[in-house]
Amino acid sequence: MTKLLEWLFGVSLVGSVWALVSFDLLDLSLPQTYKDVAWPMPLYLLVSFGCYSLATVGYRVATFNDCDEAAKELQEQIKEAKEDLKRKGLKM
Amino acid sequence: MASRKTSHSKQDKSDKYSILLPTYNERENLPLIVWLLVKYFGESGYNYEIIVIDDGSPDGTLEVAEQLQKIYGEDKILLRPRAKKLGLGTAYIHGMKHATGNFIIIMDADLSHHPKFIPEFIEKQKEGNYDLVSGTRYKGNGGVYGWDLRRKVISRGANFLTQVLLRPGASDLTGSFRLYKKEVLESLVERCVSKGYVFQMEMIVRARQLNYTVGEVPISFVDRVYGESKLGGNEIVSFVKGLITLFATT
Ligand SMILES: Nc1nc2c(ncn2[C@@H]2O[C@H](COP(=O)(O)OP(=O)(O)OP(=O)(O)O)[C@@H](O)[C@H]2O)c(=O)[nH]1
Ligand SMILES: [Mg+2]
Repeated sequence: MTKLLEWLFGVSLVGSVWALVSFDLLDLSLPQTYKDVAWPMPLYLLVSFGCYSLATVGYRVATFNDCDEAAKELQEQIKEAKEDLKRKGLKM
Repeated sequence: MASRKTSHSKQDKSDKYSILLPTYNERENLPLIVWLLVKYFGESGYNYEIIVIDDGSPDGTLEVAEQLQKIYGEDKILLRPRAKKLGLGTAYIHGMKHATGNFIIIMDADLSHHPKFIPEFIEKQKEGNYDLVSGTRYKGNGGVYGWDLRRKVISRGANFLTQVLLRPGASDLTGSFRLYKKEVLESLVERCVSKGYVFQMEMIVRARQLNYTVGEVPISFVDRVYGESKLGGNEIVSFVKGLITLFATT
């Protein structure tokens, strides 16, 4: 199953449960409170997922390591390499 | 093979690592990356060969590669040039055909992938007998150098989106510093259809699909010092296209 199908499957599953409860499609005579809670649920889910995404990405950007040490080490090794290669007879 | 844990340097004489270095206008970088590879392989004692796949670089990369071959020997440096620029994906396939190692390491020749991590890749591979080991900028001590805020936001955002949509089971999909078992790389390459930069993404997504095991090693990614970027420009467009394609087909 492709990821696309997985997503479609998941979304339609959640969507049908939501519709069943919100509109009481099976005539289960659910209490009104159930319907009131279920009805705006998709919006809540979307908003909280949006917030979660922003927070996660923001946190990961803020904690993205800057490898200054690695850059410095590389610069030194480049110098060393150039000298050694020249000694070995490389013409650049 | 009895004392697996005692020494990393002399064990498994039969293991050989073929490093594929695709180059296009890397005259300045190639000698440095080769020097570093020789240094770290020399220190760790693993058996290796370096395969340079130059695509007719106008800056004379091939000529430099020939000099390096004289210095380090024809058994260590193999030249498998092609007449013209045919792209990165096919460069790997071309190089792989000539590889004699049972493991293949793929890395950029522009010094953004540091050979010091290779012994860690190898140890990681042995630790879990992984089918492939991928370098990651997004975990542990991994990171980048020379990136501004904008680039970090794009990178992290794109990575998050990919994780959500594809759940690939690997944290760095677009990085191309990886170690593969040779037969694993061969079977992956056969199945991968995308070109260029999306190729890296497809490789690891398909690896998961085929139930190959993936190990990860944090790496520091230092932006190229010499030479020009060959991809750039519409990287975002090709990323989005690739993501959608993989989303719909894997
Ligand atoms: N043989 C071959 N090598 C290539 C080709 N295009 C790129 N390369 C090499 O592939 C590696 C990665 O390419 P880069 O230009 O560094 O791509 P990048 O890392 O996304 O971009 P920057 O690091 O920002 O420049 C380098 O070693 C290049 O020399 C190609 O068409 N043929
Ligand atoms: Mg690069």
